Order: sequence, then structure tokens, then C-alpha cells
Amino acid sequence: MSTLLARARGSAATVVFLLPMLLVFGLFSWWPIVRSFVMSLQQTNLVTPAEFVGLDNFRAVLDDPLLTTAAQNTLWFALLALVFGYPVPLVLAVVMSDVRRARGLYSMLAYLPVVVPPAVAVLLWRFFYDAEPTGVFNTILGWFGLGPVPWLEDPSWAMPSLVLEATWAAAGGTVIIYLAALVSVPPELYDAAEVDGAGILAKVWHVTLPHLRGIMLITLILQIIGTSQVFLEPYLFTDGGPDNATLTILLLVYDYAFANTTGGDYGKATALSLMLAGALAVLSVVYFRLTRRWSE
Amino acid sequence: MSTLVQRTPATEPEPAPDLAGPQRPPRRRRTAPEGESRTITSAFERRRPATRAARVVLNGGLLVFLLIVCLGPILWLAKSAITPTQDTLRDPLALWPNGVDWTNLRTAWVEIDLRLYFWNTVVIALGSWATQMVVAVTGGYVLSILRPRGSRVLYGLVLSTMFVPAVVLLVPLYLTVLDLPFTHWNLVNTFWGAFLPAGASAFNVALVKRFFDNLPRELIDAARVDGCGDFRLFFGIVLPMSRPVLGVVSVFAVLAAWKDFVWPLVVLPDPAKQPLSVRLPRLAAVTELDVVLAALLISCALPIAFFLVFQRLFLRGGLEGAVKG
Repeated sequence: MSTLLARARGSAATVVFLLPMLLVFGLFSWWPIVRSFVMSLQQTNLVTPAEFVGLDNFRAVLDDPLLTTAAQNTLWFALLALVFGYPVPLVLAVVMSDVRRARGLYSMLAYLPVVVPPAVAVLLWRFFYDAEPTGVFNTILGWFGLGPVPWLEDPSWAMPSLVLEATWAAAGGTVIIYLAALVSVPPELYDAAEVDGAGILAKVWHVTLPHLRGIMLITLILQIIGTSQVFLEPYLFTDGGPDNATLTILLLVYDYAFANTTGGDYGKATALSLMLAGALAVLSVVYFRLTRRWSE
Repeated sequence: MSTLVQRTPATEPEPAPDLAGPQRPPRRRRTAPEGESRTITSAFERRRPATRAARVVLNGGLLVFLLIVCLGPILWLAKSAITPTQDTLRDPLALWPNGVDWTNLRTAWVEIDLRLYFWNTVVIALGSWATQMVVAVTGGYVLSILRPRGSRVLYGLVLSTMFVPAVVLLVPLYLTVLDLPFTHWNLVNTFWGAFLPAGASAFNVALVKRFFDNLPRELIDAARVDGCGDFRLFFGIVLPMSRPVLGVVSVFAVLAAWKDFVWPLVVLPDPAKQPLSVRLPRLAAVTELDVVLAALLISCALPIAFFLVFQRLFLRGGLEGAVKG
């Protein structure tokens, strides 16, 4: 009898502890996920009752001439971020890992931009990017006889300018990840490399970098997943302009759903979100398998 | 404040299971005194004149680079926030302001009502912190220690949300918050709508569950034998031992809420409810430059101070704890 009572009390406690997770995940994660599949097949604008329209939303999105522009721009952003932004944290971390004095100061400085709220950073950089010769960056370029550069005003300059700011804002986080991984390089490997006559660069190439291979793959995938969803920079810097040169997929989703004049087309917005998610799912699966393997 | 700084190391009990788990080498090596751990260059190499010179140039150059690139813009912002607009426009890179105008900060705080948006941000950050904490800790406790039937499936369902990029949920989440299932509550334009969804973080649940998995089983079993119920076990034994992981979840929760932009932009259309990140771009369009810069400085002062106080938690590699923990 008493064990029965204890068990009942035990399961009551379990329910109490389960409730927050079930409620929050149920309402704000699982249900919206299910709903996005349903909504992508519906015509919904909150005014008229939702009706099923099959794959019409997907067709409408694919027919939108802006989709090609947005997809190209998003790929361009991701590619630029990869070429310029990906090596930066790696190089910084490898050099920093060999600093003997005040290494804490180095990592603190490197991480500082990460804690600046992105909206603040963008507004600050928008001022730096002033196209006039008296703008902050153009003044600096002027010292070397370069520029002035029309940072955000010119369609071909706008995206690289966005990538530059985004790299500044994000690199520190990746540096910390690499530094944490570099702590665990077995010292014997360096000793052994030296016995074999390896110089400093040879050690970096044959010991340090191979040790980081796994984590480099993870940061690569995380970066691609992150940059494909870029929204804040194009929204706040240029609002997709000039001439749609920085219109990204997420900006298009936002416009479908929330823009003042054309918004309210929630079906199209979810259809496009799902297509992006499908493309990213492959990467997410790889990421998940990798982290699982490392954690076991 | 200084007591907080000094207490940070104390929140890591020496023998307690760190995020690293019991049998891994101590993580502290990175902060160990110089000379104990070796890095890429050997002591022998560092004594060679050519290498020594190269290292001075490389490390010194890196420090200068970091100072200019990472700290520079923030120092520039601090200077320009108290400089009259005309001076900033005429000579943006002047090292020292021509005239100092402290009133900018006051104008930003009072006249463009930055204090309202500041407190909105504080409320959202605290709510987000509390939600994430409750969900992660109770969820981790159920999944790791109580383990009712079906908890493996449940954990799988939680982890599966990691596959779904957050932004994909933007629109369906908005429509859910607009008209909550069963209750038909509308949380748009409420702080609840802004911070409750942050609780659905699979990352947090996984982090806390893994930490609980590494707690000494004997202690929990012993408490059970002594007739410790689920609640006593939770509040009396598990929570007090979880300070390290709670600290990590907390600092990242608060910072993420302070930085968040897209979700509050969508869920809080009412300007009087908006946090700083959402409000600043609108204010910047209609306010004089020196006041805007003062507003930007105020908006990033708290997260920077927060980072400086808790830097150990930020800098020891949050992802590594999650990946390998």
C-alpha cells in the first residue's frame, strides 16, 4: 500500500517536472513545426478562413522572379563569408594559442564584438560606411591614397560590406571554440614532431591543424547554416537594396509575411521557409552525427 | 560588483563534475601558470633570436590588430557619444573630442525615452532567463534522473528541434503566439510572447541533462535510500551541485535575449513594448547623430559589463562544453 502511494506520488512529481518542458516545447516548437507543414499547403491571411491549395504556394514562390535574386544573393553572402570570414578565426586562434603572456587579454579582445548587440553594431558600422570621402572608413582609406568607396550605395559593394561587418561580429565566437580545442593537443605530438626535425610551420601544418579537423568541419557547417539565414544585416543596413543587391531569402520570407503592403501571405512565407529548411536539413544531419560521435 | 567577480571561481567546486566529465584531464591547463603547458613553439625555439623576434612581431602585431579592430570601434563609440555632432562629422577620427557634451547621454536616456526601451529589454532578458532556466533544469532532471517510461523518445523529440533552423519557425510561431492553442490567448505585444518561446532551447536541455548524467550516482542513490523524494532530491541535492552549468545557461540566456532582434521585431509591433535592438533603428532615423551614438553606447554598455564580469564563463568555450561535455 505504501509503495503504491509512493509510486503515485513519484509519478505526480514526474508530471510536475515534465510540465514546463512539455508546455514550452509543445507550444513554441513542436506545434509550430507541424503547423508550418500544414500552412505551406494552405492559403492563409488571417482574414478569410484558411483553405487548402495543394502545392500552389510552392509554385507561387518558385515563379517569383525575386526568388532567383534572393537565392543568388544568399549564396553570394555565404560564399563571401566563407572565403573571407572562415580563415580569420582559425588563423587568429592558432597564433593566439602560442601566446605565452596575457593570453586572456587576447581572447577577451577577440570576443568583445560578439557581445555587442547586432543591431547596435550595424547602426555603428552604417555610420563607418558613410560613402562621403569624410566617412570613417573612407578617411582611413584616404591615408593610403585609396577610395572613396561607395560601401552601401553601390550594388556590387553592398554585399561585401555586409560580410565584413558580419565577420567582425561573429569571428570571436569561433576563435574561442578553436582555442578550447587547441588546449587538448597532446604535447607529445609536438615533441615527436621536433625530434623529426619539424620547424614551427611544419608543426602547425602536421600537428595543430589536423587536430582541429573535426571542429573545423563543425564550425564550417554551423557557419553555412548561419549565413544562409542572414537577415539582420541586409534588413538594417540596406533593407535589401540597392536595387535588390542584398535581398536574401529570409528577407523575402519576412516580406511575404510582414511587409506593410505585400505582407500577410503566410502560406507563401512558410513554403519558402520550408524549402530553405530542406536545403539546410542535409547539413544539420551531418552536424548532428558529427557532434554525437564526438560526444560519445 | 567586486564580490561577484571574486565569487565566480568559487562557483566551480574542485572535485565536482565539471562540464568535462570526470575522467578527462583538467581543463584548467589553459589558465595554468606559464611554462607548465607547452604549445606550438618549444622553449628551445623561443630562445632562438630569429624565432624570438618573429614571435614579438607576430604576437605584438596581433595585439595591436585586436586592439584596433575589436576594441577600437567601441572606444570610438564611447568618445563620439559625448562629442557634439558637428565635431564627429568634421573629423570623425579625431583622437580627442574638441568639446565634451555629456548631455548627449542624458538626452538619449530621457528625451528619446531610451530608459523605457532599456527597461523593456531588461524585463525580456529576465523573463527569457527564467523561462530557459526552468525548462532546462526541470527537463534535464526528468530526462536524466527521474527517467519515466518514454523519456528516450521525449529526448529524441527535444533534440530533433535542433534540425529545424530557428528562422523557419518565424511565421508559424508568430501565428501560434497570436492565437495560442486551447486558450486562444493572444501574446502579441506582450512580454510573455517575447520571452516564452526562448525556453524551447534543445541546446540548453541537452547541456543540463548531460551535466546531470555526470553527477555522482552514489550520492543520488544514497539520498534515495534515505527516503529522499523527487522534490527533495531536486532542490536539496541536484540543484546545489549544478551551479556551474546553471551559470553557463544563465549568461548565454541573458546575452542572447539582449542581442535578439528578429523575434521581438515580429512579436512586439507596439513601440512602447519594444526592446532596444528593435527600437534603435527607428530612433536612429529621426534623431540627431550625437544622441544616436549616445543611445548606441547605452545599449551595449550592459552586455559589455556583463561580459567583463563573467568572462570566464564565456571564454572557456561554450560549444566545447556542449559538444564534448
